[in-house]
Amino acid sequence: MFKTFRQHIARSPYQSMAAILVVSLSLFLICVFFLLGAGSKVVLQYFESRPQLIAYLKDEAKPQDIELIIARIQSTGKAKQVTYVSKEKALELYKELFKDKPLLLEMVTAKILPASLEVSPYNLSSVNELAEMLKKEPLVEDLDFEEDVVLNLSRFVSSLEKVGLAVAGFLLFIAVLTVLVVLGMKISQRKEEIEILKLLGASSWYICFPLYLEGMFYGLTAAIISWGLSYLAILYSVPFLVNFFSGIPLFPVSTIFMSEVLAGLLGVGIVVGFLGSFLAVLRSARTVR
Amino acid sequence: MIVFEKVTKKFGQITALEDVSFVIDKGEFVFLTGPSGAGKTTVVRLLLGEYLPSAGEIKVNDKHIQKIPRRILHLWRRKLGVVFQDYKLFNDRTVEENVSLPLQIQKVPAKEISSRVDKVLALVGLSERAHLFPAQLAGGELQRTSLARAIVTAPEILLADEPTGNLDPVTSLEMVKLLKEINEKGTTVLMATHNQEIVDSCKNRVIELDKGKVVRDEKEGKYCKNV
Repeated sequence: MFKTFRQHIARSPYQSMAAILVVSLSLFLICVFFLLGAGSKVVLQYFESRPQLIAYLKDEAKPQDIELIIARIQSTGKAKQVTYVSKEKALELYKELFKDKPLLLEMVTAKILPASLEVSPYNLSSVNELAEMLKKEPLVEDLDFEEDVVLNLSRFVSSLEKVGLAVAGFLLFIAVLTVLVVLGMKISQRKEEIEILKLLGASSWYICFPLYLEGMFYGLTAAIISWGLSYLAILYSVPFLVNFFSGIPLFPVSTIFMSEVLAGLLGVGIVVGFLGSFLAVLRSARTVR
Repeated sequence: MIVFEKVTKKFGQITALEDVSFVIDKGEFVFLTGPSGAGKTTVVRLLLGEYLPSAGEIKVNDKHIQKIPRRILHLWRRKLGVVFQDYKLFNDRTVEENVSLPLQIQKVPAKEISSRVDKVLALVGLSERAHLFPAQLAGGELQRTSLARAIVTAPEILLADEPTGNLDPVTSLEMVKLLKEINEKGTTVLMATHNQEIVDSCKNRVIELDKGKVVRDEKEGKYCKNV
């Protein structure tokens, strides 16, 4: 049966190549969408993990006042974490941030930097509510929050997921259809051969298995090609993207993650190939069964 | 034992066989004769389970052929050997590969395949052609390859549908000689033919069909009744 499968491919290599390339293209685009989605999620998680709300405190705020404000924030049950950043800690952070620019460090002391409260809410929709509450605090000088950035990014990721799923579905349909058409043509070409095999006592499985194997081979080869192309695209674009996403733990893309992507693509490839061949066999049931 | 009991086969309005009845005993050599369109090939195809009879019963060794479920029909076909007029060989496989195919289908171990193929190729005189492809063989050799493929599984029944139809007279006689040798080893042979010379020379049982009906069944018959 394995020999028959090899013969099928060797006999019409261009048909096989066409099927593999179309499935490769589909899987590559699906992979690109997946990588974009996964990357966007990392970016979103990065922004979500940062405090979305920073309340700068007036200089006259005393430790007991600050503790009271923290208690009031926590009593709402909407804040995951509230961190107090003192003037000294703020100076440390400032120095760390501008350690390469000594000019900016001159003349800066803890006194001129405000103490602050960094608030991370459980839910992005609570940012506004917490901000409103903090605005009313007399010891809060100013508020800084990244609600728009995170919300927009969140909406983008959600849209990307929906569009990605729709496109992936469409591309998978094309891939399955291609395998179906190519194998259907091969079954038609081999109609007489199949008839002879049946007369010689070949079971349906003996006739169909090489076809299933061929479909799965298309899917597997296409998965490897599309994964290779995706990896190449990532390696090529990393130098540009590293600067753009500086600070976000996106690069280098881990080999474990890429291995998981390969495993996923191989799985999808096998399913696409098998489904295409199964439908081709089903369509030609009178010939092969 | 092959039993046809009032078998009728219709294709739409066309009646290919009508009330055909005969019994072929185990180990018999029977010629199925008649003009083109008489229904000879339909008999062969009914035995192969390719067609189901419209009426009547076909039994082989007390087994109703028409009652064999389609999903296990291949198991029945493995008990038969078939030789076709147009050989039905795989052109991209050598003689040896063509002959070993039924054994591969039946998952016979490779070692056994090799020895059985060697034996059967020696029997049909094709040992030296084992590695040639069908395109490199003459008509008689192609038909001998087809015969070797049919008998390599040691079938109980050998069906030969016009096996000499594409062969010259001398090669046709050689082919029938081979079939007789196989028959002498105990295989039941049913050969559909309209080759008068062969039928007349063999003096075997003849079942003559005409327009789908059995018009003659003679123990040591000739091709034509009055000759």
